[in-house]
Amino acid sequence: MTMSQPPAGSPEQAPPPVSGRGRDRAQYGMCAFLALAGVLVLADALGTGSATSSNDPIGPRPVPILLGALLLIAAVVYAIDVARGGSGEPEGGEDVDPTSSIDWRTVVLVAIAFGVNAVLIEPLGWVISGSILFWSTAFALGARRHLLTAVVAVALALTTFYGFAIGLGVNLPAGILQGIL
Amino acid sequence: MINDLSQLLDGFGHILTPMNLLVALIGVTVGTAVGVLPGIGSAMTVALLLPLTYGLEPTQAFIMFAGIFYGGMYGGSTTSILLNTPGESSSVVTAIEGNKMARSGRAAQALATAAIGSFVAGLIGTLLLVLITPMMVAFAIDLGAPDYLAIMILGFVAVSAVLGSSRVRGFSALLLGLVIGLVGIDKVTGQPRLTMDLPQLADGIDVIVVAVGIFAVGETLWVAAHLRRRPTEVIPVGQPWLGRDDWRRSWKPWLRGTGLGFPFGVMPAGGAELPTFLSYALEKRLSKHPEQFGKGAIEGVAGPEAANNASAAGTLVPMLALGLPTNATAAVMLAAFQTYGIQPGPLLLTRESTLVWTLIASLFVGNLMLLLLNLPLAPAWARLLRIPRPYLYAGIVFFASMGAYAVNAQPFDLFLLLTLGLLGFAMRRFGLPVLPLIVGVILGPMAERQGRMALQLSGGDLSGLLGGPVSYVVYAIVAVILAWPLLRRFLSVRDRSRSGSTPAVPRP
Repeated sequence: MTMSQPPAGSPEQAPPPVSGRGRDRAQYGMCAFLALAGVLVLADALGTGSATSSNDPIGPRPVPILLGALLLIAAVVYAIDVARGGSGEPEGGEDVDPTSSIDWRTVVLVAIAFGVNAVLIEPLGWVISGSILFWSTAFALGARRHLLTAVVAVALALTTFYGFAIGLGVNLPAGILQGIL
Repeated sequence: MINDLSQLLDGFGHILTPMNLLVALIGVTVGTAVGVLPGIGSAMTVALLLPLTYGLEPTQAFIMFAGIFYGGMYGGSTTSILLNTPGESSSVVTAIEGNKMARSGRAAQALATAAIGSFVAGLIGTLLLVLITPMMVAFAIDLGAPDYLAIMILGFVAVSAVLGSSRVRGFSALLLGLVIGLVGIDKVTGQPRLTMDLPQLADGIDVIVVAVGIFAVGETLWVAAHLRRRPTEVIPVGQPWLGRDDWRRSWKPWLRGTGLGFPFGVMPAGGAELPTFLSYALEKRLSKHPEQFGKGAIEGVAGPEAANNASAAGTLVPMLALGLPTNATAAVMLAAFQTYGIQPGPLLLTRESTLVWTLIASLFVGNLMLLLLNLPLAPAWARLLRIPRPYLYAGIVFFASMGAYAVNAQPFDLFLLLTLGLLGFAMRRFGLPVLPLIVGVILGPMAERQGRMALQLSGGDLSGLLGGPVSYVVYAIVAVILAWPLLRRFLSVRDRSRSGSTPAVPRP
């Protein structure tokens, strides 16, 4: 009873399985990640002091140990599933074209824009770092009217700063524009 | 019962002030506008709009949530009718018939039957919520720690194994969520767990940061990887209206859809996918025009859309009564409760009764507002679908960063957000469902606390984990769900040997 297939005439052609004919070997990476997480959780749990008391007979360790073990088991079962030809269906969406291959350049650019904002938000303030974030993300995603994008970015950053930080008292740093805004 | 009614009336009294009505109006408008935007489901709508409520007092914040909650649902159906791809699995069915209707020039009727159907389902669903929540609380109030642990484990198993197409992927997502929930200082013993000696992790990872990271940042990265370069086609729409014939064909599907959707929402393994598909199948069977299905049958929009909304109302019952979220939106709302220091569960109705009844009253008010807003504003909402995609997703990242930073005012959270976004990206790539992870993050710490409480009561004896009859029944259900693939194979083998029919296709 797979419910993901619409009963009749799906509006878009059904996405072809990404795996194609061969197996989707990249899934082993996910298994490795699960196993790594399991090892990490186990190592951390064993390093935790086993502080038990009459108030708390089991202490902080058993749950992480259980989860770590389950993660290792999940990694193995997952790998077996992949080896037997199982594959997860990549998620669709309104703006997602599942037939295309992954555009790593755009992904990396968006991630960098995001990281830059995290670095700049405190020294420069939200208005500047947020504008840069919006502009560079839009650029990475294909916006080419640079001036318009910049105007939208600055307008959005200023509106949110005044609306949220000053209007609603949300924590947003003013940075170097402290006193000017 | 009478008492509940008078409290509900009090709730209406709280919301019917000009200021609170304005808050509700902002909630439904912004909720619909954001819900309409492609790529944003109702859970992400609630997560992204959380910062809007930071400056408000709890009552007003929850009035706004109620509006955002229903508004996001309405908005989603507009998107799936006017664009030809659904954003959420629960609106897949609406997209099939709704988009066909829109293409044959009946967009106005499709939107109208969806909006009115959602209103009817929301109204009946909220009424049922009023009736059933106190009953569930009365049942839950006598439950002990082991029973809660059992119910939470049922929640874990249900969201991982029943929803979605692959159990191992569901459980993997759940385990990742549980591990994220583990991070921080253990509340009982004060021991740090998985904090990597980072002081910022001592308080744990905020659920809002997880939700925004997985939903908003993960979605943006995923869209960045696969952006449709050709512009999507938006079908122009006029004023929604229904002719006499459309009314006659719609009202029964609305009621049947509501009847299917609500119980599924209440059940721990509910979700909206199954009832929408069931409603579609039911309407197709009962219709006098089965040949129109697949070509734009109005019943195929009316029924599933009502089921979707009624199920959303139903999910609020276990969320309010037990503190158990059964879909992503409820999970994010639960997280929002926690940011106000409010712990949903059976005591919520007595401890915070004003808040709960005001929330429920604002569901009624918001639902009515949406009906009045949505019919005339549909052409305006449709225009939102034309937003250039680079701006749309840049905006999502922008608001996601702002919201996540505002939680604790530390840049560290932004790096965390990016890491979680990359995890969300990988999960989308490999078809790992997102809901089990979110449920794991929220319920994991609660489940551990209940388990340790149970063991404390039994003095460390493991039998303390098994409580009374309730937990026996719940564990029996868990066992059936876990053993289901084996059971089904066994049953279908017997079936085949008897009738010679082919067995069901096994699931991975």
